[in-house]
Amino acid sequence: MTSLLIIAVLVLLGIAIWQLTKIFHLTQLGATVREENTEVANDRDNNVNGYLMFGFLGFIYIFTIYSMVKWGHLVLGTPASEHGPQYDNLMAISMWLIFIVQTITQFLLHYFAFKYRGKKDNTAYYYADNDKLEFIWTIIPVVVLAGLILYGLYAWTNIMFIDDDKEEALYVEVYAKQFGWEVRYAGEDGVLGKANIRYIEGINTMGVDMSDPNAQDDITATELHLPKGKKVIFKFRSQDVLHSAYFPHFRAQMNVVPGMVTQFGFTPTITTDEMRLDPAIMDKVSNINNIRSKKSADLIAKGGNALDPYTFDYLLLCNKICGASHYNMQMKVVVDNEADFNKWLSEKKTLGVAVKESQAGDEPHEVEVPMADPANNIDQDTIKATVDSTAVAQNR
Amino acid sequence: MSAVGHETHGEHDHHDAHDHHHKDTFITKYIFSIDHKMIAKQYLITGIIMGIIGIMMSILFRMQLAWPEESFTIFKVLLGDNFAPNGVMRNDIYLALVTIHGTIMVFFVLTAGLSGTFSNLLIPLQIGARDMASGFMNMISYWLFFISSVIMVISLFVEAGPASAGWTIYPPLSALPQAIGGSGAGMTLWLVSMAIFIASSLMGSLNYVVTVINLRTKGMSMTRLPLTIWAFFITAVIGILSFPVLLSAALLLIFDRSFGTSFFLSDIFIAGEVLHYQGGSPVLFEHLFWFLGHPEVYIVLLPALGITSEIIATNSRKPIFGYRAMIASILAIAFLSTIVWGHHMFISGMNPFLGSVFTFTTLLIAIPSAVKAFNYITTLWRGNLQLNPAMLFSIGLVSTFITGGLTGIILGDSTLDINVHDTYFVVAHFHLVMGISALYGMFAGIYHWFPRMFGRMMNKNLGYIHFWVTAVCAYGVFFPMHFIGMAGLPRRYYTNTAFPLFDDLQDVNVLITMFAIIGAAFQLVFLWNFFYSIFRGKKAPMNPWRSNTLEWTAPVEHMHGNWPGEIPEVYRWPYDYSKPGHDEDFVPQNIPMKDGEEQLHH
Ligand code: HEM
Ligand SMILES: [Cu+2]
Ligand SMILES: [Cu+2]
Repeated sequence: MTSLLIIAVLVLLGIAIWQLTKIFHLTQLGATVREENTEVANDRDNNVNGYLMFGFLGFIYIFTIYSMVKWGHLVLGTPASEHGPQYDNLMAISMWLIFIVQTITQFLLHYFAFKYRGKKDNTAYYYADNDKLEFIWTIIPVVVLAGLILYGLYAWTNIMFIDDDKEEALYVEVYAKQFGWEVRYAGEDGVLGKANIRYIEGINTMGVDMSDPNAQDDITATELHLPKGKKVIFKFRSQDVLHSAYFPHFRAQMNVVPGMVTQFGFTPTITTDEMRLDPAIMDKVSNINNIRSKKSADLIAKGGNALDPYTFDYLLLCNKICGASHYNMQMKVVVDNEADFNKWLSEKKTLGVAVKESQAGDEPHEVEVPMADPANNIDQDTIKATVDSTAVAQNR
Repeated sequence: MSAVGHETHGEHDHHDAHDHHHKDTFITKYIFSIDHKMIAKQYLITGIIMGIIGIMMSILFRMQLAWPEESFTIFKVLLGDNFAPNGVMRNDIYLALVTIHGTIMVFFVLTAGLSGTFSNLLIPLQIGARDMASGFMNMISYWLFFISSVIMVISLFVEAGPASAGWTIYPPLSALPQAIGGSGAGMTLWLVSMAIFIASSLMGSLNYVVTVINLRTKGMSMTRLPLTIWAFFITAVIGILSFPVLLSAALLLIFDRSFGTSFFLSDIFIAGEVLHYQGGSPVLFEHLFWFLGHPEVYIVLLPALGITSEIIATNSRKPIFGYRAMIASILAIAFLSTIVWGHHMFISGMNPFLGSVFTFTTLLIAIPSAVKAFNYITTLWRGNLQLNPAMLFSIGLVSTFITGGLTGIILGDSTLDINVHDTYFVVAHFHLVMGISALYGMFAGIYHWFPRMFGRMMNKNLGYIHFWVTAVCAYGVFFPMHFIGMAGLPRRYYTNTAFPLFDDLQDVNVLITMFAIIGAAFQLVFLWNFFYSIFRGKKAPMNPWRSNTLEWTAPVEHMHGNWPGEIPEVYRWPYDYSKPGHDEDFVPQNIPMKDGEEQLHH
C-alpha cells in the first residue's frame, strides 16, 4: 500500500516535471532563434504565465468547491450545547463573508495578472494614488469588522462570564494529568471541597482536602456524565503540565493550568442517545465503520486483530501539547436526561466514605498512583493505571 | 540607462581594476567579512541550509501522520534506531520534530534567513550608504546567528531527544524533564541557542535602525525611501521592542529549570512526587512569549511585504499604488502588533474581559492588512506586467496572504476561537499567512536580487517550474487542513487513529502528505538553479529588471563601499515607472528632475 503510494508520487512527479519543462521549452524555441535568452521575461513568458495565472484562479476555485463537496461533511455538525447554535451562526456568517471576499479578491488579483500581462509596446498607466479609493477600502473593512466584533463580543460575554453566586448549576471539577482525565462532582451540598496536589494520597488521586466539610460528599468518576438541560460549570485543575479540555461537540474549550483553577460553563442540550440518531452523525458513523472494516480486513490478513466497530460518543480531548501521549488523552462524555443522570450519580460512593473505607480497608497500599514516565514510549500503561486507581475508588 | 548611471559605471571601471583586490585575504573576504553584501550572502546560505533541515522534518512527520506508526526506511536512516525503533517514529520524537521544525522555520529561516539577508543587502545599497553603521557589529551579529544555528542542530543529537514542547515552549512541559524527555538537555540547548539568536537579532536590528536613520544619501528623505527599506526599518524596530521580552522569558525559564525558582511553576505533582514549586504561573510565560510571538509574525511578514512591494512595482512598470498608505499601514501594523498578543490566549484562563479587548485590537489589525492587499491588486491594474519568477512569487504572496489572512477574522474573534483554537485550522491559517507568504517573499527576493548578489542570472524556466509547482502544492497542503481543523482535529497529535473519532480524516491526511512531498521535492529545482547559477549562470547586466532603486547603480564586483566614486544623490521617489514625459518606462532615483517636470504623486 505505502510503496504503491510512493511509486504513484514518483510517477506523478516525473510527469509533472516532464510536462512543465516541455511547456516552457516550447515557449522558448521561437524566442531563442530570434533573440538571445537574457533570463528576463519576454513577451512569450508573459503570455504563458499570464494564462497560467488565469488557470491558477480556476485551480483555486475548483479546489475550493471540490474540498467543500468532498470534505464538507467532515466539519462538526449539530452542536450539543445551548450556546452552540449561536456559535455556529457566528461561524457561518464569518465563513460566508470570508468566502465572498476570497472569491472576489482572488479573482481581481489573478485576472489582472492575466489581463495586464506585459507586451513589448504597451505602456503602464501611471497611477500613483487616490485618496478616495484608499478611504473606501479602509472604511468597508471597518464597518464589516465592527459588526462582527459586536456580535462576537455579545456571544463571548454570554458564554464566558460565569456568575458563581447566581447560577443554579451543577459544579463539576475536571482534573487533568499526563495522560488522562478524572472528574469530581460537588455532591449534595453543591460545593466542591478544597483541593491541592499536596493532599494526593492513596485513592485520593485528585488531592482533595479531606478535612474540608464540603469535600465529604464529593463524588469522583472516570467518565464524565452530564444531565441534559442543566447548566454545568466546570472547574479545571491540572496536576502536572498544561492541558486543554476540548469538547468539540459542545463548542467548548478551556486550558487546564497547574497551580490555578480555570472555568467554563455550558448547558448540554442533546443526550448521547439522541445524538446517535442525528442524521449527520449516523452517516459519519457508518462511514467510519466502513473505513474500519476495510482496515480490519487488512489487519486480519496480516494476522492481527480486527478493530472494534465504532459507536458515537462525545469525547473530551486534550488539546494542549502535554507530552508523549498527548494524542491519546481523552475521556468519554455521556449526556443523559436528568433522571438517568441523578440515578447514575446516586449509585456512586461519596469521597468521604471511599477514603474512610480505604483507610480502614485491608490493602490500601495496593492503590497505584498514576505516574508519568518520560522514558515510556506509548503510555498505554499510564492510562490504564489511571483508570484502575479510580476504579478501585468506586468499587470498594 | 541614464547618463548618470553610465557615469558611475564608467568610473568604477577605472577604479576597481587596481583598487580592492590586494587588501582582502580569503578569510576577511569570505569568512569574517564586515562587508554587508558578503554578510547578506552568509545569512542567505545559512538560512537555506536551515530551511532544508526544517522542510525535511516536516516531510518526516507528515509521513507519520499519513501512515501512522508504519515503518519507513527513511526514518531508520535519518532518525536512527533510538528515535525510530524498527523504523517507526517514536511519539515523543514526533513532537520533537514538530517543535524544531517550527523553531527553525520561524526564527532561523524566516527571521534571520529572510530579514537578515535582505536587510543587510538592501539597506545600504538602497539608501545610498557605503556600508552598515557598524560593519563589525554586523559581522558579530552574523556569527552569533551561525553559532546559534549550530547549537540548534547539535540539539538534534541529544540522547533523550531535542526540545519537544512545541515552538512555544510552554512550561511546565518545557521545564520538567520528567514530563517529556526533550525537556532535559535538548531544551537547555534550545534555550541557549535562542538566547544567542536573540543577541544576534538585536545587534542586527540596532544596526539597521541606525543605518536607516543616519546614513541616507543626499536627497533620500524618508518619503523617498523604497518600501523595502520602510519595511526593514520598522521590522527592526519591532524586533528591538519585542525580542528582549522573549529573552527575559527564556532567562526566567532557565532559572526555573536550573536554579529552582518558581516564576512559571506552581503546585506540581509528577512522577509520583510533589515538586517544591509554588506561586508561579504558566500563564505569565504565555504573556511574555506572545508579547514577542505575535510581533514575530510581523517580523517575518513585513520584510516579505516590503520585498514584494518593490518587485510588484518594478515588474508592473507602475508606481506602487498608495505609497503613503503603504507606509501608514506598515506603521499601523507595527503599532497594533504589540497590543494583540492576547489573541493566542483567549482560552488560557485569563480574564474573559481581556479577551474582549484583544478581539477588538486584533480585528483592528485586519484593516491595514486589507489596505495593503487592495493596494497590491490596484498596482497590477493597467500595468505592463513582466512576469519574471520574482513577480510570480510576489503575486503568489498576495494570494496566500489573502487566503490565510481571511481566516484570521475567525481566529481573532474570541468566541470563534473557542472551538478552533489549537486545531489544524490554526495550522492552516498561520502556514498560509505567515509561513508560505513569507517564504514566497524570500523566494521573490532571491530571484530578483540574485543578479545583484552574484552578478549572474538565475534560469527563468526553472524559476517558473519552481513557482507553479510550489503554488499548487502549497494550497494542496494547507487548504484541506481547514476542513480537518473544523472537524475538531487537534494539532500536535502523533496520530489521529488512536480512537475512532477521526478515522474519516485519514484520506485527507494522505493527500496533504502527498502534496507536501511533491512540493518539497520541487524545491530541489530551486536549489539546483540557485547553486548552479552562482557559478554558471548567465552574466547579468547592471540593471536587468530596469529598476529605479539605487542598488542597480552600483557595480556587482566585490568592493567595499559599494560605489567606486561618489555616492549617488537622489532626486525623486523610487516609483517613477512609466511616468509620462520620459522616454524610458523607468526613471532611476539618481536622475534629476527635468526642467518643469512635476511630481505626480503625493
Ligand atoms: C513543506 C512545507 C511545510 C509543511 C508540510 C509543514 C507542515 C507542518 C505541520 C503539519 C505542522 C503541525 C504539526 C502539528 O501541529 O501537529 C507544522 C507546524 C509548524 N510549522 Fe510547518 N510546514 C511547512 C512549512 C513551514 C513554514 C514555511 C513555516 C514558517 C513559518 C512553518 C512553521 C511552522 C510552525 C511555527 C509550526 C508550529 C510548530 C509547533 O506546533 O510547535 N512551517 N508544520
Ligand atoms: Cu494533555
Ligand atoms: Cu498573534
